[in-house]
Amino acid sequence: MILTVSHVTTYHYAAPVRGAVQSLRLTPSRTDGQRTASWMLQVEGGTKGGSFRDGAGDWIESWSVRGPITELRVRVEGTVETTDMAGILRGHRENVSPSAYLRETEPTVADAALLTLARDAADGASGGLDLAHRLSTAVSDRIAYRPGATSARTTAAEALALGEGVCQDHAHALITMARAQGLPARYASGYLFADASGAAHEAAHAWAEIWVDGLGWIGFDPANRCCPDDRYIRLGSGSDARDAAPIRGVAVGAATESLNVEVAVRAQQQ
Amino acid sequence: MAVSYFNEMFEGGRVRAPYARLEDWVAAMPPEFRSMKQEEAEALFRRIGITFAVYGEGGDPDRLIPFDMFPRVFTQAEWRRLEKGIKQRARALNAFLVDVYGRGEIVKAGRIPQHLVYGNEAYEKAVAGFTPSKGVYSHIVGIDIVRTGPDDFYVLEDNCRTPSGVSYMLENREIMMRMFPTLFRENRIEPIDNYSEVLRRTLASVAPKKCDHEPTVVILTPGHFNSAYYEHSFLADLMGVELVEAVDLFVEAGFVWMRTTEGPRKVDVIYRRIDDAFLDPLCFRPDSMLGVPGLMDVYRSGGVTIASAPGAGVADDKAVYTFVPEMVRFYLGEEPILQNVPTWQCGRNEDLNYVLDHLPELVVKEVHGSGGYGMLVGPKATKEQIETFRSKLASDPAGYIAQPTLALSTTPTFVEEGVAPRHVDLRPYCLVGEQIELVPGGLTRVALTEGSLVVNSSQGGGVKDTWVLAE
Repeated sequence: MILTVSHVTTYHYAAPVRGAVQSLRLTPSRTDGQRTASWMLQVEGGTKGGSFRDGAGDWIESWSVRGPITELRVRVEGTVETTDMAGILRGHRENVSPSAYLRETEPTVADAALLTLARDAADGASGGLDLAHRLSTAVSDRIAYRPGATSARTTAAEALALGEGVCQDHAHALITMARAQGLPARYASGYLFADASGAAHEAAHAWAEIWVDGLGWIGFDPANRCCPDDRYIRLGSGSDARDAAPIRGVAVGAATESLNVEVAVRAQQQ
Repeated sequence: MAVSYFNEMFEGGRVRAPYARLEDWVAAMPPEFRSMKQEEAEALFRRIGITFAVYGEGGDPDRLIPFDMFPRVFTQAEWRRLEKGIKQRARALNAFLVDVYGRGEIVKAGRIPQHLVYGNEAYEKAVAGFTPSKGVYSHIVGIDIVRTGPDDFYVLEDNCRTPSGVSYMLENREIMMRMFPTLFRENRIEPIDNYSEVLRRTLASVAPKKCDHEPTVVILTPGHFNSAYYEHSFLADLMGVELVEAVDLFVEAGFVWMRTTEGPRKVDVIYRRIDDAFLDPLCFRPDSMLGVPGLMDVYRSGGVTIASAPGAGVADDKAVYTFVPEMVRFYLGEEPILQNVPTWQCGRNEDLNYVLDHLPELVVKEVHGSGGYGMLVGPKATKEQIETFRSKLASDPAGYIAQPTLALSTTPTFVEEGVAPRHVDLRPYCLVGEQIELVPGGLTRVALTEGSLVVNSSQGGGVKDTWVLAE
């Protein structure tokens, strides 16, 4: 598919701030499954800082803005050609050992319920790939998609107890369970083309990646009961949502901030 | 259980050569003179302002670390061997860090378990694939060494992040020279006062490639409430560099800048005395107020050098420690000159069983602990303390290691009743940049309580001047 992305993030500050610094993971990954035709990333009125490819293969760009400002806008426009790789992250160069993704983080601490769910799902599994699929299905079955039920700070354990959540919660739950079963797992963030209108829910999307020996990293999207295909654009990864966040930023002299995000992913006619 | 300890001054009733002149010095010192000098030393320390606040102990935050006037002495030959061993270890530790953030050959070769490296809390995947300037991660390696015999030295632990205490090494010498000038004329002692110059040169030598001028070096401190703040400002003074806090720095256009009265000035090398977690809220802890937002992006794109490099802590973890001799063999193809203390990993079942059966004889330490806290010294412990550790070990075995109780050497120390042997250790500071250098000396810590084997300043330890005699 040829997908075009338009993504504008606007921060409004209740009082002028002295400046802001941002670290952006907002450039499509280099994999066999996606080829970037054009990509523009800009922080309005900002100065570009260092940019580099990190050990996990993500392209990081940093920006700073001198204040006083009351508004900050991050703009992304681009076109990516995608191919369905059945979820397998092929042709992606990285330096981080998969076992570095076995450590639990704050939102991915396994509680008794997550451990039990993982153990039950794993019962009778034949090999890593089958196990990963079973865990993903278990998460889909137990956490219903319901926006607004959880917040950005909700942990995997809380989401499971609630039985509701959004893609972040699904991914956190799956990551936690996979790690508990000894499979390295991480959080992937990106975009999803969900329907022809382009105004789909969760166009800014997240899913989990699980390491299976012999195959490498494989994406699993329990929120949509599938593995990422050519409707997905991958931006980067991390141990959890915060670590994989497309935007990490700090405003200096921070006032109360509010956030507005507009994302549209459209498919071009071929 | 009768244990004999190696006394560094007296051996078989005879005075060992390096201490020969000190025997007369002590003999000729009347008790009144001694206590007068001791008071003078304390006054000097107070005037300089050197204090050491200890976390969690309450009491006087401006407490002095007790200073013992009786120097500890090494011969040139003893020091040469130590120096070779320390430098060898510092090279191996740095090679290990370059490797585990790069290709991970030592793990692939099966010489160290993968989970000890990549599953380690101190392993920073954020810097995987990035090689710091000149391939150095740990620029100041503090190696804690104990002695059990004339030729027997053991490494107790490595400190690859920000080992503290070097200001004591320098001040102890300064004060001894002021109080006993004759002593320094009678003994030919290797100088250590070039430490700050070597440190400055070392830090400047690892400036990033992008730096095309005389590098600007700064020391980054968490602030005056930190227990080692005195040392931060002391070293900045001696090196003639700025002492900054995070608020004094900002990031723009791919570089780090320091606010000065003449406007922003580019910073090339940051000798940081704050932990990884607090360096940059955009990369590590988001709630950190101590850090410089965006610092890690500048670092990872080659705009600034951070010393020690973020992630260096994976080399000085107590569980990784066991494998340092293996690192020496693997990376350098040499046999280790300094020995490790035999260590039981309580995370391993067979080791744990042994440790539980021998608790009264062993020293048990937390893998991530420091400062002598959370430690069991079996032979000195009460039954209750031993039972407490037994349950701690049962609930989190992998969090502990155990070692035999070492017969730490003693050196003569001034005590209430005169002069008596007290146990000591040694922390030399090895500097790694383009060159690898070590000033002849280190910080000797002494357990002032009779019979005590715990030398940590937070546990009632004191310090001594440490001499290396010239040929």
